[in-house]
Amino acid sequence: MFTYVVRRTLAAIPLLLLISIILFVILNNAPGGPLAPYLQNPHITPADIERLKHNLGLDKPLWYRYFVWLGTILHGDFGYSTSNSEPVLQAIAERLPATLELMGVSFVVSLAIGLSAGIFSAVRPYSLWDYCITTLAFFGQSMPVFWFALMLQLLFAVHGIPLPGGYEIALPSAGISTTDSFDLGDRIEHLIMPVMVLSLLNLALYSRFMRSSLLEVMQTDYIRTAAAKGLSRRTILFKHGLKNALIPVVTIVALSLPGILGGAIVTETIFAWPGAGRMFYAALQQSDIALMMGYLLILAVAVVFANLGADILYAWLDPRVAYD
Amino acid sequence: MAATVPANAQPFDDEEIVYSKVTFWTRFRRHKLAIAGIVVLGIIALSAILAPLLAPFDPNAIDNVHWQGTPLPPCFQDGTLCGGHLLGTDAVGRDLLSRLLFGARVSLQIGIFTVLFEVIIGVIVGALAGYYGRWVDWVMMRITDVFLSIPLLPLLLVLTAIVAASSNKAALSFWVIVLIIGALSWPTVARLVRASFLVLREREFAEAARAVGNGDLRIIFRHLLPNAVAPIVVQATLDVANIIVLESILSYLGFGIQPPTASWGNMLTDAQANLQIAWWAAVFPGLAILFTTLSINYIGDGLRDALDPNMK
Repeated sequence: MFTYVVRRTLAAIPLLLLISIILFVILNNAPGGPLAPYLQNPHITPADIERLKHNLGLDKPLWYRYFVWLGTILHGDFGYSTSNSEPVLQAIAERLPATLELMGVSFVVSLAIGLSAGIFSAVRPYSLWDYCITTLAFFGQSMPVFWFALMLQLLFAVHGIPLPGGYEIALPSAGISTTDSFDLGDRIEHLIMPVMVLSLLNLALYSRFMRSSLLEVMQTDYIRTAAAKGLSRRTILFKHGLKNALIPVVTIVALSLPGILGGAIVTETIFAWPGAGRMFYAALQQSDIALMMGYLLILAVAVVFANLGADILYAWLDPRVAYD
Repeated sequence: MAATVPANAQPFDDEEIVYSKVTFWTRFRRHKLAIAGIVVLGIIALSAILAPLLAPFDPNAIDNVHWQGTPLPPCFQDGTLCGGHLLGTDAVGRDLLSRLLFGARVSLQIGIFTVLFEVIIGVIVGALAGYYGRWVDWVMMRITDVFLSIPLLPLLLVLTAIVAASSNKAALSFWVIVLIIGALSWPTVARLVRASFLVLREREFAEAARAVGNGDLRIIFRHLLPNAVAPIVVQATLDVANIIVLESILSYLGFGIQPPTASWGNMLTDAQANLQIAWWAAVFPGLAILFTTLSINYIGDGLRDALDPNMK
């Protein structure tokens, strides 16, 4: 097991290097750059530009500059964010807690609801309930998330849903809290709509995958054996069926991470959630290249490590996977 | 399917393909929702093609006669105020229905052309990796991993933002969007093709084709590829829906198709700001996207059931 973990971790290194090369090439071709302010200035001669290039190391070959850049990245220096007037890493670190809160809650919600819905419909395949859940999952997968967000705002924030007795369901549609002091109820109210939006896609994905995985397991010989020796339906389902059906779900959960990260940008922007995703969108509009690239790099590294974690978890859960 | 049967295929393969052609329709017909999807998508596609004939107004023209600064409501809500605009107008007084019809052209074409582009790259990469194996496979699959590891939407946004910053947002034309999305979304297809090729290249007919003296390219495209079509068709269909959604997100955020050209995504850009006064401007473009992607996803599901019941 240990050698397996080491081998998989080492295999992630070339991947991370390739990602960094691609991002460096993009960064290198992006407009702006350190010379941009000087190129516009009529008092600066081509000779001055050459001298600046030399001083900044821009006359060195591309591969040399890549390694210098990689060195600064590895030391945690992601450059300076022009739109936030602070170092990129600091700007991202300040906004990250809000993003992690939103992503964490919606991850738990989509896992809990998605997996139970999938199990529920796999236990009663081709029933009315199964049909409803499968249809809803299809809707969830086809739904443009930003539009779903707009519709929720239209329903719950713009008009509110009237209840008998003069009450109405109304939810805040922007921001993370109403006041500066922390109030759990208020925070939850602010979380409801963004979490619904961010969970939608994964709810659909998890429930469909859970359903097909469990249906497949329930047709295997060892389930028939368990039934033949007289175990109860409940024992068969939870001790034999689910335990095996959940293993492949680990992979799909890890693979869904890039989707959540992308969805967070849209969700945070629409609900004015003060997280890193919304800051990323603001950086896009102000062409703050350093911040854009820094965020992208962090996301890519997170995805690589999530996949690595899923691989290791999978091997640990499933004894049929050979370690070498 | 029939068109892709190689002329010199072995009798064994011929039988296999004829068999699957017969069962394909019987299986596909059983999927009622896929049939419904074809009907709905057909109507949407037809109205996109006929948009210049069907649209009651010029999609980019502002109705100076009726529009007074606030969006006009749909006729079914207020017959006197609507000024003949069946679904009302957007915030600047352009006919919503006409923009929806012309937006359908953009969204559907982006979906189709991007998928064509994506499939071409995916097939080439996957076929080379799966057929040659060894180091070719290793290199191709590492490149694929890289593209799968960088979250697609943020990367797309960065690339489009860089294009916009290098010149201006008008540079984000239809083909630039197709090129950027296509260049980033091929890895799934490449993986599927590779997986099929790894199995197919070991089969007897591939060996026979090699023994007769066919070149590598001929074996790849005439013998192996036709047998790997099923998963590609399913994935390509589902990707049309994914890409239509992706384009609408890009356009919604302002980094896709640029106004005044209508796309379903950019029609929603101002919808949030006007949510209080014009629900119709927010509801209809989204419904158009939802119906289209839902139909395509059901068609894809039907194709998957019909082409290969073993696929997940």
